[in-house]
Amino acid sequence: MGNFSRPTCLDDALRNMENGSWRILAGGTDFYPAQGDRPITENLLDLTAIPELRGISQLDDGWRFGGLTTWSDVIKASLPLAFDGLKAAAREVGSIQIQNSGTIAGNICNASPAADGMPPLLSLSAEVELVSPSGTRRMPLDDFVTGVRSTSCRPDELVRAVHIPAVSTGSRSAFLKLGARRYLVISIAMAAVLIDSNDQGKITRARIAVGSCSPVAQRLIGLEQRLLGESAASGLSELVTGGDISVLNPINDVRASASYRLSAAEELVRRALEEAVRPGVEAS
Amino acid sequence: MNGGIELSFSLNGEPQNVMAPPAERLTKLLRERLGKTGTKVGCDAGDCGACTVLVDGDPVCACMMASAQVNGRTVTTIEGLAANGSLSKLQQSMLHHGAAQCGICTPGMIVSAAALLEKTSTPNEDEIMDALGGVLCRCTGYRKIIRAVMDAPEFAEAPQRSNSGAAVGARLNRVDGDAKVKGTELFAADAGFANSLLIRAIRSPYHRAGFRFGDLKSYVSAHPGVECVLTAEDIPGRNLFGVIPPFADQPVFAEQETRFRGEAVAAVVGDTEAIEALDLSNFPVEWEELPHTLLPSDALEETAPQLHENRPGNQMTSGLVRCGDQEAGFRQSAATVKGRFSTGYIEHAYIEPEAGAARRVGNRVEIKVCTQAPYMNRDDIAAILGIAPEQVRIMPTAVGGGFGSKLDLSTHPFLAIAAWKLDRAVRMVYTRPESMASTTKRHPSEITAKIAATQDGKLCAMEFEGIFNTGAYASWGPTVANRVPVHASGPYHIPNYSARSLGVHSNGPVSGAFRGFGVPQSAIAQESLFDELADALAVDRLEFRINNALENGIPTVTGQVFDQGCGAKKCLETLRGRWQSARTNAATFNANSKNTGRRRGVGLSGLWYGCGNTSLPNPSTIRVGLRDNGTLVLFSGAVDIGQGANTVIAQICADAVGLPVEAMVFVNDDTDLTPDAGKTSASRQTFISGKAAFLAGENLREKLLRFANVSNEARLALDGTSLTASEGDATHRIDLASLAIDNEGFVALGEGTFDPPTSPLDENGQGNPYAAFGYGAQMVELEVDEALGTVKLLKLTAVHDVGRAINPTLIEGQIEGGSAQGIGLALMEEFIPGRSENLHDYLIPTIGDVPPIESIILEEPDAFGPYGAKGLGEHVLVATAPAILNAIRDATGATIRNLPATPDKVRSAIVAVQTQQVSDEAG
Ligand SMILES: Cc1cc2nc3c(=O)[nH]c(=O)nc-3n(C[C@H](O)[C@H](O)[C@H](O)COP(=O)(O)OP(=O)(O)OC[C@H]3O[C@@H](n4cnc5c(N)ncnc54)[C@H](O)[C@@H]3O)c2cc1C
Ligand code: FES
Ligand code: FES
Repeated sequence: MGNFSRPTCLDDALRNMENGSWRILAGGTDFYPAQGDRPITENLLDLTAIPELRGISQLDDGWRFGGLTTWSDVIKASLPLAFDGLKAAAREVGSIQIQNSGTIAGNICNASPAADGMPPLLSLSAEVELVSPSGTRRMPLDDFVTGVRSTSCRPDELVRAVHIPAVSTGSRSAFLKLGARRYLVISIAMAAVLIDSNDQGKITRARIAVGSCSPVAQRLIGLEQRLLGESAASGLSELVTGGDISVLNPINDVRASASYRLSAAEELVRRALEEAVRPGVEAS
Repeated sequence: MNGGIELSFSLNGEPQNVMAPPAERLTKLLRERLGKTGTKVGCDAGDCGACTVLVDGDPVCACMMASAQVNGRTVTTIEGLAANGSLSKLQQSMLHHGAAQCGICTPGMIVSAAALLEKTSTPNEDEIMDALGGVLCRCTGYRKIIRAVMDAPEFAEAPQRSNSGAAVGARLNRVDGDAKVKGTELFAADAGFANSLLIRAIRSPYHRAGFRFGDLKSYVSAHPGVECVLTAEDIPGRNLFGVIPPFADQPVFAEQETRFRGEAVAAVVGDTEAIEALDLSNFPVEWEELPHTLLPSDALEETAPQLHENRPGNQMTSGLVRCGDQEAGFRQSAATVKGRFSTGYIEHAYIEPEAGAARRVGNRVEIKVCTQAPYMNRDDIAAILGIAPEQVRIMPTAVGGGFGSKLDLSTHPFLAIAAWKLDRAVRMVYTRPESMASTTKRHPSEITAKIAATQDGKLCAMEFEGIFNTGAYASWGPTVANRVPVHASGPYHIPNYSARSLGVHSNGPVSGAFRGFGVPQSAIAQESLFDELADALAVDRLEFRINNALENGIPTVTGQVFDQGCGAKKCLETLRGRWQSARTNAATFNANSKNTGRRRGVGLSGLWYGCGNTSLPNPSTIRVGLRDNGTLVLFSGAVDIGQGANTVIAQICADAVGLPVEAMVFVNDDTDLTPDAGKTSASRQTFISGKAAFLAGENLREKLLRFANVSNEARLALDGTSLTASEGDATHRIDLASLAIDNEGFVALGEGTFDPPTSPLDENGQGNPYAAFGYGAQMVELEVDEALGTVKLLKLTAVHDVGRAINPTLIEGQIEGGSAQGIGLALMEEFIPGRSENLHDYLIPTIGDVPPIESIILEEPDAFGPYGAKGLGEHVLVATAPAILNAIRDATGATIRNLPATPDKVRSAIVAVQTQQVSDEAG
């Protein structure tokens, strides 16, 4: 049976990590199901009592989401429209019970191809801040998650926060998820979109990411570039082609066939684009 | 983590200080250390929400929370919601609406709803769905839960009472409902004996495998606290069981070879802590994976591995019903349609995994277990232990959903053998994956059918062949094989008919009983083809069905002619107006260009279902007695698995006696205390045990009338320890204490036994298999998103002929809950052995997947049933899936014949139609 530590400040947590190897516990919503009925033998470092790891704050250069921020925290926070996609994803994570416990860091560290947090965070150009007893480092989320269940997080590191570079008030976003039932469902496919436009209504930045259709959620960079300079208005989705989607690499599994995933992803991207440019959405 | 750390927190308003291992799941702390068993465990993985508790007011799954995380916080469980023991408004509203059936999901529902109501006192339907979306219910279909939560803030209705003689037809609260909404009901994992050892089973990881144990003795001695390992060698009697004695073929522990993934080879027994500390993957057993088959087509190959020596070719059994002249029938046809249909394994997915407890008392063994068939279990266990049935006592706990699977043995034999051998109390609780891998499923089916009709729209011939994958062991496979050919015609007159069924063994999970015994599968084929046939003849799909529906005096395909009680046609006719307007609404929607890409459709299905065993005796006995202290005691062994048997039987019996349900106390389901009321399956408890309850009540009434020397017109009443009988102006008062009592303390005891009249089927399947059928018709309105292939159900309308609605609330509950299972069957459910052994990958409908349901109760009384009542439990599931498939086809033209109709299958069927249209236009 392993040790269990529940420090109340980050320094204590880091001191802990200097001795022996520790498995990090956050909301436990990935940890416990994976554990099943096997006895817990690892040393567990529970981060949920460390206040500085939780919560959302605006910094000079953007936004900081503490790693232990729960999906419910995201839903309740008052945030610019650029975060609507992330909020929509948060509302789609499992159920209220899961949203109340599950955390952003847990979601990205678990590195499931179907992690709902990934596409919106990729569309927001998120960066991951890691901390270890030997210091901190930051890397783009794209580099952080390296494959199915694999990340760049070293055993002596933990995810302290996820940073989002400053967003403009004109940024619009959307997230759509497809599953085989209404609640508590793992995505068959999902798409997140972030659109910035100038005073003339022309697109100045587009970020589009698709999840559940490749080992790690993936941006559609070709499409993003093609949308630059286009009108951020209804009809935008007509620019999407099958070729944009072909960079994805979905699998066949119990939830859906690969070819269906591709066609669904394409449709979701179209719809998410239309939703993001739908007029009448004002900052709240 | 031995001994753990000290945790202090507030639990339901009371401070708690407890030592507990910090990483232990909060469910365990609450249930096992603090005795708060109202918090349930259905999956230990976040998938069912049964374990929902409030931490600082917010709902979380206690099964995924480290106990240490509640330190210094406030925790509220279901036990904290009934202030001073009296029900909250929410609990009263849940009870009133029949929103708790089996009750296993109820604590999680109520706790989640309470958190919502703290925030919003007038929640709308969407808010309720969002708040309860994380709690699965397999019984209710959720609609009554939504209603109950909506009504909760203002709830002020007093429970209905069953004045003498007026219980039948009344919307009484469930007689066992209080405990369910309070969370005090004891389910199998909650009930046990003090100082129990724990049992865990070692199961095959392969579909078929040889195995060799290592050194079991040293394994035991290397693990202090482990008492023993049980294997086939430890079985005192026979290592064999099965629900149908001539087909008994399943071992408790496999010998030499396992036949399916999840089959047990051994069990470890020991102190709870020692057993829980075991990593069972280190158990000393060596497996050798062997060639296997999972599909009948493979199992029927000559070279396929043979599962049972006495069943050559892996053929278990077959069924046949034949009437008229096939060839002549098809020759008359103006239109003929045919098709191949398939369905996969369907998991019952009750929220309560199997569990139980046992102890040895002298030369007897007592077993507390969740079961649908206490007497059958008793006899099987006696044979396994090599003792007389009377030496076994089955004491059913509350059952957290069964739907057919809890007829078969699960934990019972392990419990019985361990308790017998060790002379210690023992308990066993299946994990969710263990439950899903090792217990029975709905039979996968492969059906081909061909149906023809004449120019005037009359069915003239049908040919049906169904292959049912019964898996590794027979279980209820023979029942499916018998039932399907009788029912495959649907509730229609088909003069020339031939239906064959074949049960085939494979190395898949054991297929057993699941609501409908194969009939839902056959109805999918038959009702889908009916729409195509009506279209081919260019007649209205509903009128086509009405034109062919059974009525009194018209023979069924087994040649049975009912001169009363057949409501098939009336059920369909009831839909006429609604069908027309639903069709018009859908057409208007589809014609609107704003709705491009979304298509609405309407689908129909009829249904019928025979109540009770097929051509086999299945008697029930019920007793009711009056004590000298004025209590009326009802002895019923008809197990209530949530469907409401306890309440229905009480209502029937109370009216037969002429005294109110409120005067009754209940002795339920104990093979030592209650007479045999058969199994809870085949929709027989209302019809058969209900009739026995009626006869028992009448029997008691006669005796009571005799005390007062009054006629049957007299009104009876209880007043303390007096019984009054009033007739005209005269009232007789009998002091019960002055009457002689029997050795059980009764002044009078009534007993009733009923066995419905049936006759055996001849070699062509002709005869009277059931004393009564129940009938129904359902209509589904839905919308298909053409690009994604997703289906949104808009409304379900369900008409059911129940003979007599003993309790309309319970009937609606059955309709809504059964239909929800039909929705799952149609749209999302398929169990894949080894891949979907959890509720994460095996999807059942959530609260957001069940549309509003309009239940229309039709009462075409049956001469045999109590007060005219027929069965209903299984019927409700039969029509839903075909109606959904027909509505998808109505909306899009897409036919789906391999279930479930997941978005990818719907999408590819739509693409196929569009491609066809393009090539038609081109050609
Ligand atoms: C029923 C159910 C439904 C679900 N539905 C969804 C869904 O719809 N969409 C979805 O995306 N996910 C879903 N999930 C998965 C899960 O809830 C989310 O991924 C959640 O965000 C995980 O967070 P957590 O805090 O619970 O992680 P934990 O279980 O505590 O941890 C997950 C992993 O990350 C590591 N970890 C956690 N925090 C850190 C950190 N700060 N630094 C380094 N490593 C860390 C842990 O060691 C562990 O390996 C579901 C889970 C369940 C049980
Ligand atoms: S037991 Fe916790 S969600 Fe099922
Ligand atoms: S009442 Fe909900 S699962 Fe039985």
